[in-house]
Amino acid sequence: MDPVNRIFHEEQPPPVRTTGLLAWSKENLFSSWFNIVISILLFWIIYQFVAFVLSWGLINAVWFGETAQACPDSSGACWAFITSRWRLFVYGLYPNDLYWRVNVVYVLAAITIASFVWSFGKSTMRIRMTMFIGFPIAAYIFLIGGFWGLKYITPENFGGLLLTLTIATSGIFGSIPLGLILMLGRTSDLKIYSKVCTVFIEFWRGVPHIVVIVMFVALLPLFVPGGGKVDIVVRAFIAFAAFNSAYMAEVFRGGLQSIPKGQFEASRAIGLSYWKMMGYIILPQAIRNSIPALVNTCISIFKETTIVLLVGFSDFLGIIHLSLETPDWLGPPHISTSGYVFAAMIYFVFTFGMSKYSKRLENRSNVDN
Amino acid sequence: MSETPIISFNTVNKWYGDFHVLRNIDLQVKKGERIVICGPSGSGKSTLIRCINRLEEHQQGTIIVDDIELTDDVKNIDSIRLEVGMVFQSFNLFPHMTVLENLIIGQHLVRRLPKRDAEEVAMTYLERVKIADQAIKYPGQLSGGQQQRVAIARSLCMKPKIMLFDEVTSALDPEMVKEVLDVMVDLAQEGMTMLVVTHEMGFARTVADRVIFMDEGQIIEENTPDAFFDNPTSERAQNFIGQVLHHL
Ligand SMILES: Nc1ncnc2c1ncn2[C@@H]1O[C@H](COP(=O)(O)OP(=O)(O)OP(=O)(O)O)[C@@H](O)[C@H]1O
Ligand SMILES: [Mg+2]
Repeated sequence: MDPVNRIFHEEQPPPVRTTGLLAWSKENLFSSWFNIVISILLFWIIYQFVAFVLSWGLINAVWFGETAQACPDSSGACWAFITSRWRLFVYGLYPNDLYWRVNVVYVLAAITIASFVWSFGKSTMRIRMTMFIGFPIAAYIFLIGGFWGLKYITPENFGGLLLTLTIATSGIFGSIPLGLILMLGRTSDLKIYSKVCTVFIEFWRGVPHIVVIVMFVALLPLFVPGGGKVDIVVRAFIAFAAFNSAYMAEVFRGGLQSIPKGQFEASRAIGLSYWKMMGYIILPQAIRNSIPALVNTCISIFKETTIVLLVGFSDFLGIIHLSLETPDWLGPPHISTSGYVFAAMIYFVFTFGMSKYSKRLENRSNVDN
Repeated sequence: MSETPIISFNTVNKWYGDFHVLRNIDLQVKKGERIVICGPSGSGKSTLIRCINRLEEHQQGTIIVDDIELTDDVKNIDSIRLEVGMVFQSFNLFPHMTVLENLIIGQHLVRRLPKRDAEEVAMTYLERVKIADQAIKYPGQLSGGQQQRVAIARSLCMKPKIMLFDEVTSALDPEMVKEVLDVMVDLAQEGMTMLVVTHEMGFARTVADRVIFMDEGQIIEENTPDAFFDNPTSERAQNFIGQVLHHL
């Protein structure tokens, strides 16, 4: 065979993509008769939906008013119900003159969230740990108080968004460290620890949450001597932290299993003790790998807070529900529709935020690898 | 240097469940000796050297490393791991730390060196493996050969008396094998006690004082590299060398 001499090709820029709205829609929406029909149908549905949302939610909506009489017309939303009652929805029965204490906690919560969203170079980890540990403590001091001149406020006064957020927060902030401990126990070489933790985890995962809540809130005094002295709302906090710690433990175990055996061996070969190996090498990687699943669990914790309705708590959803039953707001059904739409929007804002956050972390760890 | 051997295996046996993986291993290694271990896959080479830093436990016989007998005693294990460095086939660098941090962490946490001193030590070793310019990168950003040299430097930072190498070039692309072997040859010339599991015959011939041939958990043959590769006595070794040569 004769030798073949090929021309050396110089590097070339990639072809220019013909984007632009027209080119894009031609390619994606109108490439065939069938696609044209589907696209038009779709546009029509979207148009109808948007038009309805605009006219119902904005144009025909009633924004202000003190009673159901303000909203006689079902062609528009009754946001008056929200605007006249929003304090109740946000602060529950917290004393009026002490709203500032709740506000401080809301601001701290925003700062905590921000510390997890943005990074701060080398000190990122330290700042996040500080907020993660500091926030629940600060929230306790301000919301409940009872010392340093802060008047004691019983958690039974919590309600509305405040209750929803405090239950979710204690569920999330309590279950993460507990879950880590349980996971370490379950994967420990010591058989007894491992057995005890496994039983604990499987128990909480196996019992319906509503049963747990009822047991803690209504029946605790029957089982635990002195259980009646624990504030009823605090019992709900504990219940949420307890059963969610089982889920967190499994989330972390998944992360741990994704760490190659070689990481353990290399750590031991350079002489790290078990705790140093876990603390510096294994857990940082395992936790990082668990984050998407962890955020998912946080989302379900947040949505699940609504089950406290069933033991008579007025969380965010509950307080809207209750307000709709007060004589002032008894009226045509579009009022309650407005209330529930509003509730849905608020829950969505929180859970959507969390899921966006998890997406971002996922993308970032893809880049790292 | 005739005194007591730095590593000694005395009739060591080990099982995985019912599987007899190490059988009556007797082996004495003198200080400064370079030993190459070879043998077919599954013959127990990794298991043998992993017993030296107690990544694996043996069930019968005694292993003495630098006058310390390997038992369940945690103190002994900790002090042994200070003396023995190990490099793996799959590098096993810590991916969430920079190269420099990989080298500092052990010195800081185990040898309790202040971070600044540890960093100095780390940089000297990175220079020795000719990779100092990559110090602030993450392992994932380096080639396989570079990662393996970092792994060697990470072990050396702990100032071990003995270095174990378990097929450290087999996961590498051919063009990177040499850069890693060069580092190991250097190390050998400085008098480090080395146990090297490898099929790199060229390396064995230049560096090794002794070649140990294992099969089915036993040491079948033990000789100088030239004698072993040119005139293997056992039939198993002959077959094995035939196969390895065939592949090269
Ligand atoms: N943790 C374990 N449990 C059970 N069997 C094992 C375990 N580790 C290794 N073995 C078995 O022990 C035998 C020896 O393994 P070892 O890794 O020491 O072989 P090797 O000589 O290093 O082989 P290779 O060249 O493939 O690395 C193999 O048959 C292997 O399947
Ligand atoms: Mg092996």
